Amino acid sequence: MLGGVAQGLADHLGVPVLWVRLAFVVTTLFQLAGILAYAAFWVCVPLGSAEDSPGLASASRRGLRKDGLRGEEEDEATSNRGALQTAALIVLGLGIVWFVLGTDRVSSLLFPAVLAIAGFGLIWRQADDRSLRRWVRETSGWHAVLRIAAGSVLVLIAYAVFVAQFGGGRQIAELVGALIVAVAGAGLVLGPWIIRLVTALGEERRERVRSQERADVAAHLHDSVLQTLALLQKNANDPAQVATLARRQERELRDWLYGEPSNDGTTLRKGLVADAAEIETTYRIPIEVVGVGDADPDPDVDALRAAAREAMTNAAKHSGADRIDVYVEVGGATAEVFVRDRGRGFDPTRVPEDRLGVRRSLVARMERHGGRAVVRSSPGDGTEVRLTLPLVRDRSPNGGRDSAPEGADGGSDR
Amino acid sequence: MSTTPSQPGGTGPTGGRDLTVLLVDDHAMFRTGVRAELGSAVQVVAEAGDVDEAVAAVETYRPAVVLLDVHLPGGGGAEVLRRVATRHPETKFLALSVSDAAEDVIGVIRAGARGYVTKNITGDELIDAIRRVAGGDAVFSPRLAGFVLDAFAGTIEVAQVDSDLDRLTEREREVMRLIARGYAYKEVAKELFISVKTVETHVSSVLRKLQLSSRHELTRWASDRRLI
Repeated sequence: MLGGVAQGLADHLGVPVLWVRLAFVVTTLFQLAGILAYAAFWVCVPLGSAEDSPGLASASRRGLRKDGLRGEEEDEATSNRGALQTAALIVLGLGIVWFVLGTDRVSSLLFPAVLAIAGFGLIWRQADDRSLRRWVRETSGWHAVLRIAAGSVLVLIAYAVFVAQFGGGRQIAELVGALIVAVAGAGLVLGPWIIRLVTALGEERRERVRSQERADVAAHLHDSVLQTLALLQKNANDPAQVATLARRQERELRDWLYGEPSNDGTTLRKGLVADAAEIETTYRIPIEVVGVGDADPDPDVDALRAAAREAMTNAAKHSGADRIDVYVEVGGATAEVFVRDRGRGFDPTRVPEDRLGVRRSLVARMERHGGRAVVRSSPGDGTEVRLTLPLVRDRSPNGGRDSAPEGADGGSDR
Repeated sequence: MSTTPSQPGGTGPTGGRDLTVLLVDDHAMFRTGVRAELGSAVQVVAEAGDVDEAVAAVETYRPAVVLLDVHLPGGGGAEVLRRVATRHPETKFLALSVSDAAEDVIGVIRAGARGYVTKNITGDELIDAIRRVAGGDAVFSPRLAGFVLDAFAGTIEVAQVDSDLDRLTEREREVMRLIARGYAYKEVAKELFISVKTVETHVSSVLRKLQLSSRHELTRWASDRRLI
C-alpha cells in the first residue's frame, strides 16, 4: 500500500497481490527482512512506465479519454501519501530505537546511526519516481530546499557524533572513518540526482527514437490513406471494391493506432491475423480474428496456422457468407483455432470429391502433428472448422498414430 | 421515466418508436451515419458531441439508451458514465468505439456500460444491440468476449479466490467462448441446449463480474497500471 511495491511485484510475477503482501508480512517476522526487502525494492525498482499505443496516447493528450481512471482526487491522495510515507519512515526509525533500547544494548553508535538513517531516508525519498515527477514540476519549491537542508543537517550531526566517539589517540582510524562517512554521506546526498540525471537522459533518448519512428510511420500512413481515398473516388461505382479498399485501410490504421506496442517475431496470433488480412483482400470478405493467449512458432504451431489458413480460404471461397469469424485460444496444454462462417454449408455425408480432398488434407495435416481437425457443417447452417493442437513438448515424434477416428470419416460429429 | 417492459423468451423484447436513444460522438458525420442506419427502428431524441453536452442531454431527455463513444472530448465516455450513471439508473449505456484497446473496453464497461460494440457493426446488429441493452441485457461482441476470457484466464483454486466475482463458472466460460467464436445468442442457446433467456442470464452475470471483480488483470486494465 505504501509504495505500490507489492502491486508491482504481483504484476511482474503474475500472482495475486495478496500473496505478495502476505509474503512481506511473514518475512517481516524474521528479523524485519520483509520491511528491508520492501524498502530495497521501493528504492531500487523503477516504476513501470506504461506505454500506450500511439492512438491511445494521442487520445489521452487531446482529452478524449482519461489516462486510466486517475482523477484529481487521486492526485490529492498521492500528496497525502507522501506525508504518510515520511511519517512511516520516522516511526520505523523510532521502532528500531525502541527495539534496541528495550533489549538493553544501548550502543553509543545507535543514535547517530538512527539520525543518519532518517536523514538518508528523507533524501532518498526523492528517488521515488512518483515524487520525483512532482519535484521536477516545481523545481524551485520550498519542499526540495527543506528536504535537502534537513537531510544534510542530519547527516552532519551523525557524522559529528560518530567522529566524537572516536576522539583521542587513534587518529588514523579516525581519519579513515571520517573519510568513509563523508564520502558515503556525499554519495547518499548526491545519489538521487545522479540517478535522476541518468534516467532522464535515457528517457529522452528513447523518446527521440520513438518520435522519429512515429514520424516515419505517420508519413507512410498519410501516403497510404491519401492513396486509398483517391482509389475510392475512382471506384465509386463498384461497391465491393470500395468496401475492400476501405476495409484494408481501416485494418492498416487500426493496427498502427491500437495494435500491441510490442511485437517481436511472428506468433500464432499475429500470423493468423496476417493470413486473415491477406485472404480478406483476395476474396473480399471480412474476417474477424479474436484471440486469447498466444504461442511461439514451432513446426507444430506452424502446421496449425497453415491448416487454419486453409480453412479460412475454404470458407472465403465456397461458403458465400458475408463474414468469417476466427477464434484462437491458447491455453495451458492446447492451442485451438475455430473458423466459422454462416454460409451455405454442406451435407458432410454427400461431399463433392474436391471438397473431400481439401478436408482430408486439413485433417491429415493436423494429425501428422499430433492434433486433430473436426469439420461441422449442415446445409444452410454454415460451417465450422475446429483445429486442436496439444502443446505437450515431449510428445513422441510420430504422434499421428492415435488419430481420432472421426477425423477420417467425414467429421460430421461432435 | 419508465423502462419498456420486456417479454420473456423473445430476442427483441422491446421495440418500436417508443425506444428513445441519445447519440454521443464527437464526429458529426458519424452521428449522421448512425442516425440514418437506425432509421425509424428507434427514436433518436438528441445528439451530443462532448462530455458536458452528453451529461446535459441525459438530464434533459432521460433516454432509454445512450450510444456512447469511448473517446470523447472532456474525459471520454467513462467520464460521462461517472457523472450520470448512478443518478439515472434507468438509462442504459452502450459503448461504441473504433478502439480495440483492452484498457478502453474494460474501462468503459467497469464504469457502467451494459455492452460494447465496434463502429463497423451493421445497422441491424446495432438496432438489435440497442433493444437488448434497453431490455436490461448485456451485449458482448466477440472481441469483448475475448478480453473477458483473457482477464479471467487461468484456473484459480476455489480456496484462493476472494469471492465468486473473481472467476467464471464453467458454463459462463462456455458461453463466452462461443460468443468469441462468433455465435449469436440464439446459436449459443442451440449449441448448449439452453434457452436464449438462460444465455442472457449468463452474459449479464459475466458483465456483473467484469464490473465488480477485483482481479488484478481487470484493475490493471482499468486503472493506470501503477498504484492501487
